[in-house]
Amino acid sequence: MKIIILGAGQVGRTAAYHLSREEANDVTVIDVNEDILRDLQDRLDIRTVTGNAASPRILEAAGIAGTDILVALTNSDEVNMLACHLAWTLYRTPKKIARIRSADYTGRERLFGETGLAVDVWISPEQLVTEYVARLIQYPGALQVLDFADGRVRLVGLRALQGGPLVGQALRTLREHIPSADARVAAIYRSGKSVKPEGTTVIEDGDEVFFLAARKDIRSVMRELRREEAPVRRVVIAGGGNIGFRLASELEAKNQVKLIERDGKRARRVSEQLTSTTVLHGDAADEELLLEENIDSADVFAALTNSEEANILSAMLAKRLGAHKVMALINKPSYAELIESGSIDIAISPQTITIGSLLAHVRHGDVVRVHSLRRGAAEALEVIVHGDADSSKVIGRRIEDIVLPMGTTLGAVVRGEEVIIAHHDIAVQPDDHLILFLTDRRHLEAVEKLFQGSASFL
Amino acid sequence: MKDVLLPVAHVFALVIMVFAVTMLAPLILAVWGLDAALWSFVISALATFVIGALLWVGTRRFRRELKTRDGLLLVALTWVALPAVAGFPLWSYLPINFTDAYFEAASGLTTTGGTVLSGLEYLPQSINLWRHLLSWVGGMGIIVLAVAILPMLGVGGMQIYRAEMPGPMKDSKLTPRIGQTAKLLWAVYAGLTAACIISLKLAGMNWFDAVCAGFSALSLGGFSTYDASIGHFKSLPIELVLTLFEILAAINFATHFLAWSQRGIRAYLRDAEAKAILGVLACSCIGIAAFLVFKGTYPDFPSALRAAVFNVVSIATDSGLHTQDYSKWPIFAPMWMVFLSCITASSGSTGGGIKMIRTLVLAKQANRELNMLVHPNMVRPLKVGGAIIANRVVFAVLAFVFLYFMSIVTLVFVQLASGLDFMTALSAILACINNAGPGMGMVGPASNYGVLSNFQTWVCSAAMLLGRLEVFTILVLFTPTLWRK
Repeated sequence: MKIIILGAGQVGRTAAYHLSREEANDVTVIDVNEDILRDLQDRLDIRTVTGNAASPRILEAAGIAGTDILVALTNSDEVNMLACHLAWTLYRTPKKIARIRSADYTGRERLFGETGLAVDVWISPEQLVTEYVARLIQYPGALQVLDFADGRVRLVGLRALQGGPLVGQALRTLREHIPSADARVAAIYRSGKSVKPEGTTVIEDGDEVFFLAARKDIRSVMRELRREEAPVRRVVIAGGGNIGFRLASELEAKNQVKLIERDGKRARRVSEQLTSTTVLHGDAADEELLLEENIDSADVFAALTNSEEANILSAMLAKRLGAHKVMALINKPSYAELIESGSIDIAISPQTITIGSLLAHVRHGDVVRVHSLRRGAAEALEVIVHGDADSSKVIGRRIEDIVLPMGTTLGAVVRGEEVIIAHHDIAVQPDDHLILFLTDRRHLEAVEKLFQGSASFL
Repeated sequence: MKDVLLPVAHVFALVIMVFAVTMLAPLILAVWGLDAALWSFVISALATFVIGALLWVGTRRFRRELKTRDGLLLVALTWVALPAVAGFPLWSYLPINFTDAYFEAASGLTTTGGTVLSGLEYLPQSINLWRHLLSWVGGMGIIVLAVAILPMLGVGGMQIYRAEMPGPMKDSKLTPRIGQTAKLLWAVYAGLTAACIISLKLAGMNWFDAVCAGFSALSLGGFSTYDASIGHFKSLPIELVLTLFEILAAINFATHFLAWSQRGIRAYLRDAEAKAILGVLACSCIGIAAFLVFKGTYPDFPSALRAAVFNVVSIATDSGLHTQDYSKWPIFAPMWMVFLSCITASSGSTGGGIKMIRTLVLAKQANRELNMLVHPNMVRPLKVGGAIIANRVVFAVLAFVFLYFMSIVTLVFVQLASGLDFMTALSAILACINNAGPGMGMVGPASNYGVLSNFQTWVCSAAMLLGRLEVFTILVLFTPTLWRK
């Protein structure tokens, strides 16, 4: 697929990396900063064009005429929307994705579509990150919580700990432990290496376990893997930027939220728009301020400023001062790796969270959702199967008869409103949503082929 | 050093195996013509493939993705080691030693076209095809070919591509994927070669000579199937066809591709290098023709022009085919031709030398310095053909030209120390480093490099490789940091 990415910022670069490493994609990146582009081209097999992303001349130089997907990821909502609109008006680009931050735009549905701006899909990284953090707070103990089928099924990643009834037991016994709920373990990572989850696999203390379950069953499954933690009550957020502010407004109804913002004016603006949140003006790395605000009784401390170094330091400080669980927003994948083994409980990577929503659009077959996991090495997909028993390689077959590529697990089937955890005797029907987990994304192509069906459904 | 070299050797092994396949072409010709070199090719092809396979299996443990410096190393290693392999058939069939076989193969692959062999018309056809095929494969670049057909080289392909493609600015790709760009360039190259071969056939050559001369012209190689080179044919149409295609081959192939995809000549008009090349060649041809008439070398202007056009274009574009023993011309003419061989060919073409773009950049930079003396506060970016050249590129060009010049000086001194006369030493080194082909004096068009001693031949081989890879890629092998873990 021919893809043009506008903007080589954090999100743009990550998108270029993920998209270009798939053999079938031709990626061109446009940005005004020549130095960043040169560096990017040295590392990735892409083409780069220097210039204004919303200029037809520059878009032409990047080959917009034959492009399948335009992904506008510059830091300006207006440039992104204009570029998409230009691409559609002048060149009929089939799919246009724009990053739009401001809820002022995204809140008005009539703005986009037939009669409005030609933006097919808009994504707001800040919104995605906020939702992600909110889900983590909802399920204390989880390292990752990802939605499929509009939240009917969730993929939860967590570290199994001594004290969970299932730890030390074979996976097969899960049903005996919790007869009321059903879940499927999609992957197990033991000291960084993937272990194939089979009925006889024994979960050990410290394993990183990914399981799929219907939303209502998640808590009971988590309880099996580690001692249940008390629900989160008190949340301290560092940074009143876009993400911090959104998170506070989402949580303040049910939790006791404190928000620390360094900039006086911004703190004031935020406090005007929030209702029950305590907004504090100060430095999140100020020990006295944290102690004064009873950091030791905080259930969650989330460092969400736009400086990752500040996030890491303030989160470490909060942890030392007694915060129960600390999270830090970290852009650099290498930092995230360093940190998660140390004193910070969860490293939140905005790029990994955002990239999934882009990847879904470049996949072959009807892929509705993609989540990139473990820094891009693994992937979870939601695929809709179409056709009938003749045209598709999966429809009409029982799960045990479907030959999946190496490292791939079929975790769940969503049929209409119903969530069916994938057991070997379930037969796939047309229009089912299948949730798949790939421990090695190098087998992605084989998976795409399997679910694409025959050529008539291309 | 082991950790640096072995992963590269693993990929290099693949290149060798692919290269073994190219030996099938002369092998098939040898089978068809039942010629005497058949067994040399059978053994060489097998040996090459086995060496590649053994190396591949042996280094399997060290397989990993290539990094920047691995790319450089791969290109340098390929170019240094491949002539040894490519020289196998020549060495095993002909009564020449390994030094000469390496020189001949390197001369082919680097598209130099200087030869150590004489009696070319009496060689088996398969041997001659092999020599010309080496030129043709080397012309667009072995590694670029490998990038086009081995998708695994796509990772880090840009570095590899940059290390091998000539010219100072190599960041613009024709397509987003390096593999596709490489394929397109090869397609343009192959298409032009086919056109040239057919034109030569129509101009009166037999198929075999047409194929060989076509390979020589498009790769700007210079090998010929006759000792007298193109002078053997004494045919004006053949000379005109070859002149035309040599000029085309000296122009950036990316420009050819753009012109083809736009179906018009606008791309050429916008290519500052192409315009400069045509201007320099036109002035030089007419000037030298007039000079030769004035000096009485030729009786009339038309015959002087015919001799001047073919030989000047051929040497200036670094092809090295010839119709006359131009070294007998008054000294101004051949020296001017050798000078042109240093600067004429375009970046992204198959020619050698410092390339026209660098000449233009240096000239404009010199002009800028002059203007700065008059207007100390002047702000003026350096533009070539309307495009602004970044200062970074200007510095790189200056460093390159300095290294190129120093390489020439050093190697000429080495040749002088080894006992060669000045004219032969200078012209041999210039002809080799510019990948032009014949020099003057003892290595002029009428004789060949067979007269050099073993040591002198190795120095010439080194000069060819330095020139083909534009100095940096070879010299980087001698930087200690490359080898550190």
